[in-house]
Amino acid sequence: MIIYLRLSWAYLKIGLFGFGGGYAMLALIESEIVDPGWITEQMFTDIVAISQMTPGPIGINSATYIGYVVPGQYSAAFASPLWGLLGSIICTLTVMLPSFLLVRYTSHLISRHRESTVIKGAFMGLRLVVVGLIASAALLLMNSANFGEAPREVIASISICVVAFVLVYFVKWHPILIILLAGLAGYFIF
Amino acid sequence: MWRASLISHPVSLFFTFFKIGAFTFGGGWAMISIIEKEVVDRHHWLSREDFLDLLAIAQSLPGILAVNIAVVVGDRVGGLRGSIIAALGTILPSFLIILAIAIFLTPDMIKSNETLSHIFMGIRPAVVALIVAPVLTSARSAGVKWSTVIIPVFVALMIWSKWTFVSSPILYIVLGAIGGYLVLRRQQSKSSQP
Repeated sequence: MIIYLRLSWAYLKIGLFGFGGGYAMLALIESEIVDPGWITEQMFTDIVAISQMTPGPIGINSATYIGYVVPGQYSAAFASPLWGLLGSIICTLTVMLPSFLLVRYTSHLISRHRESTVIKGAFMGLRLVVVGLIASAALLLMNSANFGEAPREVIASISICVVAFVLVYFVKWHPILIILLAGLAGYFIF
Repeated sequence: MWRASLISHPVSLFFTFFKIGAFTFGGGWAMISIIEKEVVDRHHWLSREDFLDLLAIAQSLPGILAVNIAVVVGDRVGGLRGSIIAALGTILPSFLIILAIAIFLTPDMIKSNETLSHIFMGIRPAVVALIVAPVLTSARSAGVKWSTVIIPVFVALMIWSKWTFVSSPILYIVLGAIGGYLVLRRQQSKSSQP
């Protein structure tokens, strides 16, 4: 049962410190969920891909998937789908809880002090940190789990990464289309 | 007002946010314009001005933006119950869809099925590219300059290093907020001096 408590604690922290949107939240998920070894780097990347391709916020999608998978990975005793369902519910609710309470009970305070030095200054600093958080998530995923180990694999993976970057950043294609094409490319290349 | 429309509001509040959760990919900003359309133009629950005020509040709190907006809008429409209904409506579609995927597409299956594992080998490097792109977009919108670029670079490298407690993202979120406040206070006290 302890795994459920630890998952809730991890997701409370992710929800409480999750400034700057879904991509910045990935850095928190890395440190709170991947680092303890509850899921592998590969699974994490796959979850991000699946979250991108399904509707809804990435924070909720990943909480549901991670909550379902982790108990079974942690102990064979939790392998049944019902234990997974419980994990999904717990993670999804705990990631929402801090902001739910903050939004409900501090929104008056925030709206009154929106132009204050404290809030304006804090966000000036946070905006810079968020850029670093997203960059760290990208850096952490550039590893052999995602790019392969054999030279042929690495070269093919880097090519896919570069082409995907050009398509999403410069050509502005939709991420879903890019993931579908990359999957197709993977099927034929590897 | 809430009591008078007890029957219509909770149901339409739930389905409005359920629809928003079910049909917007990517969350965040993609969702905002749709929420605005539904809440302001279609249902007239809030004036545009009120909505933009609430949006600013939702943005300045941590957590998932779409959920935060659902909570503030739900609160305006129907108090505590309204915010719970709106929040659950927003997350339920993703929850159900991901649950179905998690049940049928387990990590073991991705690993052991040859076709799937090849498809995902192609997808993983593309996902990395999809995360590199918002680094640049967020750097531009944060107004990163040559004088401040050291901050995100330092934060990214420290977290990447995985070295003891200094690699904790939470540390930099807290330091960033405090540091930003101190810098702004100093700038303001300087500019207010004659």
